[in-house]
Amino acid sequence: MAPVMSISGLRLSYGATEVLSGIDLDVAEGEATFVIGPSGSGKSSLLRCCNRLEEPGAGHIQFEGQDILASGIDLNQIRRRIGMVFQSFNLYPHMTALGNVRLALRHVLKLPRDKADALAKTQLDRVGLSEHMSQYPAQLSGGQQQRVAIARALALEPRIMLFDEPTSALDPELVGEVLGVLSELKRDGMTMIVVSHEMRFAQNAADKVVFMSDGQIVEEGPPAQIFDAPQAQRTRDFVAQAAL
Amino acid sequence: MTRFEAFLDTFFNASVMQRYLPDIIEGFFITCGIAILVVLAGLALGLALAVLRSYRIRLVNILIVVFVDLLRALPPLVLILILYFGLPNLGLTLSGFVVLWLVLTLVLAAFAEEIFWAGILSVDQGQWAAARSTGLGFFQALAYVILPQAIRLTIAPLTNRTIAITKNTALGMVIGVGELLNQATTAQSFAGNATPLMMATVAYLILFVPVVYLGRWIETRFAWRRA
Repeated sequence: MAPVMSISGLRLSYGATEVLSGIDLDVAEGEATFVIGPSGSGKSSLLRCCNRLEEPGAGHIQFEGQDILASGIDLNQIRRRIGMVFQSFNLYPHMTALGNVRLALRHVLKLPRDKADALAKTQLDRVGLSEHMSQYPAQLSGGQQQRVAIARALALEPRIMLFDEPTSALDPELVGEVLGVLSELKRDGMTMIVVSHEMRFAQNAADKVVFMSDGQIVEEGPPAQIFDAPQAQRTRDFVAQAAL
Repeated sequence: MTRFEAFLDTFFNASVMQRYLPDIIEGFFITCGIAILVVLAGLALGLALAVLRSYRIRLVNILIVVFVDLLRALPPLVLILILYFGLPNLGLTLSGFVVLWLVLTLVLAAFAEEIFWAGILSVDQGQWAAARSTGLGFFQALAYVILPQAIRLTIAPLTNRTIAITKNTALGMVIGVGELLNQATTAQSFAGNATPLMMATVAYLILFVPVVYLGRWIETRFAWRRA
């Protein structure tokens, strides 16, 4: 089966600094791909290229039969098929939880209000927050906020979900509830790319682990390989250090 | 006459009050009218310019910045005199009312643009990323996500600036607009008494104190709920 997303020769620079130096990566249907690596290795940049929040300098990203880096494509149409969840949640502070989930349903999918409401409620229910739908982000805990953000992305029924360090901004006791939602998504067969520092979770939930360093993929393979029998020296060093 | 009686006679003379009250009221409504038109047009134009600027089209932005800097730098009175006394030489005669409205609108628009623009810039970049990642277009993200937050951040400076510029309606007296101060000074010279000026002072308070409170109310009303 063809991969859901296929990245090839991806390069990204900020001025003279090259952040991504030729990335090739296939993301298979229903698989959870975890991207790990030291900070500054380009993990988040890679993720942000996947929906063109960053403009790569070169390369191709095949998704649903087209190269999303090509000029002249309908980017908004593509982005609604690619869900994204951010480290800092980025909920709209002036809208309730329901309002956050509903916005794109109303204005991207152009659903009528009652349909958008019903769909948004379903999604909030899915992440266990239907009782909090009329609360504002500031009234929610970090874990609840991140779950609203996940519901907001899921509501558009994306083909793939991008998670950019979804638990890094959370207090330790709130990490579990967000990882729980990720596990459920995986069980439901959602294709996802997860940038994460949660090594133990990656070990359990990942179908494939990608280790990045200095803007390159150093090694990729099943979690058993990356964590227990890494091939490259840099992977070994990183995994050993992360285990401490 | 005691000194206190002389004071009352000069500033709070009942018969002068009675005689000139209709003029002061007329001036009050003209000032109100100009003020409302200036605030509506000035804020709308300022917001429109800030929105236009956020598209970051180089040439357009240079023009906006030049316009804004010029109008913020020049005293409104200079512009009023130039338009009122200069334009007729080019065959374009605008009434004092229109000149006053136009100049104050443009000045308010310039300041408002800067305030709105600062508000837009101070909204976290993550808000753009989140909105765009769901497929909202640039203008949709701006309208539904960024501006509501930017405007909330700008209510306080915007209210201050709006009041400061709207008070300049008093400049209308130099070009014969029948606004409040003009009515008051005319009455004052006819009556030989400062009471009309005190009446105008009270009228200005009646006009602007509610605006100050309105600004404060909007600020609390629109502050989104914080934990």
